[in-house]
Amino acid sequence: MRTELFSDPQAGRLHVLGPVDQIPVGEGRAYGVAGEQVAVFRLRDGSLRAMSAVCPHKGGPIADGTIDRTVVVCPLHQHAFELETGCSTTGAGPLRSYPVFADESQNIIVRLP
Amino acid sequence: MTALASRSGRSTPGDTRRRLVVIGNGMAGARAVEEILARGGAVQHRITMFGDEPYGNYNRIMLSHVLSGEEDAGGIFLNSLDWYRENDITLHAGVRVDKIDRFAKLVFSDDGRATPYDVLIIATGSRSFMPPVEGLYTPGGRLLPGVFAFRTIDDTRGMVSYAQQDHRRRAVVIGGGLLGLEAARGLQSHGVDVDVVHSGGHLMNAQMGPDGGAVLRRSVEALGIRVHTSSRTTAILGGDRVRGVQLRDAPDIECDMVVVAAGIRPNVEVAVTSGLPVERAIVVDDHMRVPDEDEIYAVGECVQHRGEVYGLVAPLWEQAAVLADHVTGANPKATYLGSRTATKLKVAGVDVASMGLQAPERDTDEHVVFSEPSRGVFKSIVIRDSKIVGATLLGDSRKVAYLTQAFDRGLPLPEERVSLLFDLGGPGEEAGVAELDGDAQVCNCNGVSKQAITDTVRGGCTTLSGVMDATRAGKGCGSCKLLVRQVVEWAADGAVEEDPAAAYYVPGVPLEKAALMTAIREQGLRSVSAVFAALAPGGAEDAKSKMGLASLLKMMWAGEYIDERDARFVNDRVHANIQRDGTFSVVPQMKGGVTSPEQLRRIADVADKYNIPMVKLTGGQRIDLLGVPKEDLPRVWADLDMPSGYAYGKSFRTVKTCVGQEFCRFGTGDSTKLGIEIESRFQGIESPAKLKLAVSGCPRNCAESLVKDVGVVAVDGGRWEIYVGGAAGAHIRKGDLLATVDDPETVKLLAGRFMQYYRERANWLERTYSFVPRVGIEHLRAVIVDDAEGLAAQLDAAMQESVDAYVDPWAERNDPFTPGQFRTSLPLEVLPQVPVR
Repeated sequence: MRTELFSDPQAGRLHVLGPVDQIPVGEGRAYGVAGEQVAVFRLRDGSLRAMSAVCPHKGGPIADGTIDRTVVVCPLHQHAFELETGCSTTGAGPLRSYPVFADESQNIIVRLP
Repeated sequence: MTALASRSGRSTPGDTRRRLVVIGNGMAGARAVEEILARGGAVQHRITMFGDEPYGNYNRIMLSHVLSGEEDAGGIFLNSLDWYRENDITLHAGVRVDKIDRFAKLVFSDDGRATPYDVLIIATGSRSFMPPVEGLYTPGGRLLPGVFAFRTIDDTRGMVSYAQQDHRRRAVVIGGGLLGLEAARGLQSHGVDVDVVHSGGHLMNAQMGPDGGAVLRRSVEALGIRVHTSSRTTAILGGDRVRGVQLRDAPDIECDMVVVAAGIRPNVEVAVTSGLPVERAIVVDDHMRVPDEDEIYAVGECVQHRGEVYGLVAPLWEQAAVLADHVTGANPKATYLGSRTATKLKVAGVDVASMGLQAPERDTDEHVVFSEPSRGVFKSIVIRDSKIVGATLLGDSRKVAYLTQAFDRGLPLPEERVSLLFDLGGPGEEAGVAELDGDAQVCNCNGVSKQAITDTVRGGCTTLSGVMDATRAGKGCGSCKLLVRQVVEWAADGAVEEDPAAAYYVPGVPLEKAALMTAIREQGLRSVSAVFAALAPGGAEDAKSKMGLASLLKMMWAGEYIDERDARFVNDRVHANIQRDGTFSVVPQMKGGVTSPEQLRRIADVADKYNIPMVKLTGGQRIDLLGVPKEDLPRVWADLDMPSGYAYGKSFRTVKTCVGQEFCRFGTGDSTKLGIEIESRFQGIESPAKLKLAVSGCPRNCAESLVKDVGVVAVDGGRWEIYVGGAAGAHIRKGDLLATVDDPETVKLLAGRFMQYYRERANWLERTYSFVPRVGIEHLRAVIVDDAEGLAAQLDAAMQESVDAYVDPWAERNDPFTPGQFRTSLPLEVLPQVPVR
């Protein structure tokens, strides 16, 4: 996935990942962003969450996980991670979480440090 | 015979430790060694153990669960062979010790070995008592084929395999004590009719009086077990194998197998031969030492202490601790003064607790009794000088913890005696638990005290399952689970986190399945998000509940279901099974395991074209293409041009068949044709857990029909047997015979009706091997075959609706259901790959 770059020296770099519609409601999709694997989720209330896409437990594809409003559950061994913080609620190591939002033209913008 | 290490008891140069030899590798021997190791005994001792059975050490109490199929034989081992290795213990398994030379300090075993000792522990346990009954043995001195004792893991395995052979219809259990009733209940789960023949006047006469025995009899008979009391077995009938038993003063009973559970006798031969003091068992003093022998100890069921011989596990734990204190010198003042035996167990599904006296003995003894036979409840307490000296409780274990402690410690009793039997208007069961001392043992198998549980809860673990995992409480025989739950609830002071999965269909919606289905139907909830909005607390979604709800709604609404793909597990989103490296496996449908050269050619071409790393035959007679990246799935399906085999879902999977009468010279029915028809009809229907089926063309059962969720067997005369609830995976269970029918159409009808009933009634992820025994095969026969509840038409119609709603999911290849449905989510980094062969 090609990404565009904004420069914002104060708070890391903003990357445009394309239209929100690429992600079905309630699901996630994976993006390669500046060498990082990022899973972006579109919650049922329309808001977005972004976190690292590789499960720290056994490398499972987090973007294929099942979500609700607070956690994502990795499809391989059902470890759960808070969508806000990346902290595991089941004793695994944490995922990294990234700020993410949709701009006025409904593009996904994620901020990586 | 297995020797774990090549070294024998001979000293290794430089090893100055004392040589500790243990005769017996059962629960007592192993527990004694564990206690010794816990006191640092390995520093002083080099340990050698002899075990008669060719295994590590297992939990004998659990054999009844193995018999009933609730537990597999591997699951009851207490110490694996690794444990012996890790603790540097030399185990001679399958080796019997014949004699001890107490002057030369040598142990002689039947493998010709002489093993020197400095300290010796005898823990030879007991064996089944075989009463003098004519015909029990063959002329060669072996048990007649079909006769079993019930003592060892081999006995249990022997019973299971014998009971599961065809034409085994009826078993007689000799002995109506604890073990006999457990055997009877266990045998029933293999579809065998059971009679219990008991020489005593009432069941379990060692633990309770006649009134309790009568109530117990009612409960046992309600399970379908026939009971004959005051009946002595005089002969086993049948010359080559068991064909019946002869009773004194009663008609003969025809049967195919006999299980002898008429009590146990201590194994004392070694001690007798070696000149040690033996009365009813090997005599020991308060240090568990054999009198006049400084270095010989004995422990467990083979010992007699102060005139008592125990056959229960709790006294053994106490003895092992005292023994270890002396062997290691950890506490030279430790003494064993005998045990007050209180038993608390589940016999054939009935809670039984018994302690001390069964009935009053003196005129001044008080006797408090409550009996409610229709509910199977009986409570009796004997009181002397305001202290409990005996109690029997049947069918209601709520006051057991308190009564056990009052009995053990002689606690003062409430004036109002009835409150010993019931909690009257008080805070319920908690009072009983609150009264327990911290050091009171809650779990007798794993030795967990109330304090240990309380500490775990205070440490932040507030679910029952969490506490059980952390302390191992309730993980032995399981009979104390209720008490563990009560202690957890008490310790958490109301803040106990309910284990939602225990009762709810899914954890995020607080309703059991029936109530959930009613609510869904009444409110017309056709999507998973609608169910959360209407029924979940705060309308909150729950990720772990989505898949179960999606399955349920699809089953209930069929074509009217609103399919929200985010509710599906990834497998169901992309119609393939996710593998450890994030790739998928593709299994095309191959109905009845029958394929063609064209299909095979196409599969081979696909495997070449997409560089499929592994092509594997599955257990369900299909071909699995492993290691397919998500983005390749649509093209792989298109090139295969075969429908999905549903090898990924909680759904109807496959029908395994044998070649049947078309080719097989033994075949009696066209099994492949019926298998293909069943698979064509029920392909892809979702269910609470996966459904694996089979059709065999004759009772040789080459398609393994007896261990399938639904298994069909053609029998001579053009008839078909339908078995349900079988399994041969993590759990092994022979299916129960649902019906024998005359034609393939009826097979399809009843199989469909059973599967629909299962879909509507089973808990999420509950396989048929749990569901069938839970609801009972008699009930299933009544509902499905006899239509006793008038549900048949409705079940058939609901199943038909699901069948009609079938669409091959692989058709989505040309028209993805969601954007990016098949886009890779694979992390691009190197991951542990499935090895390519």
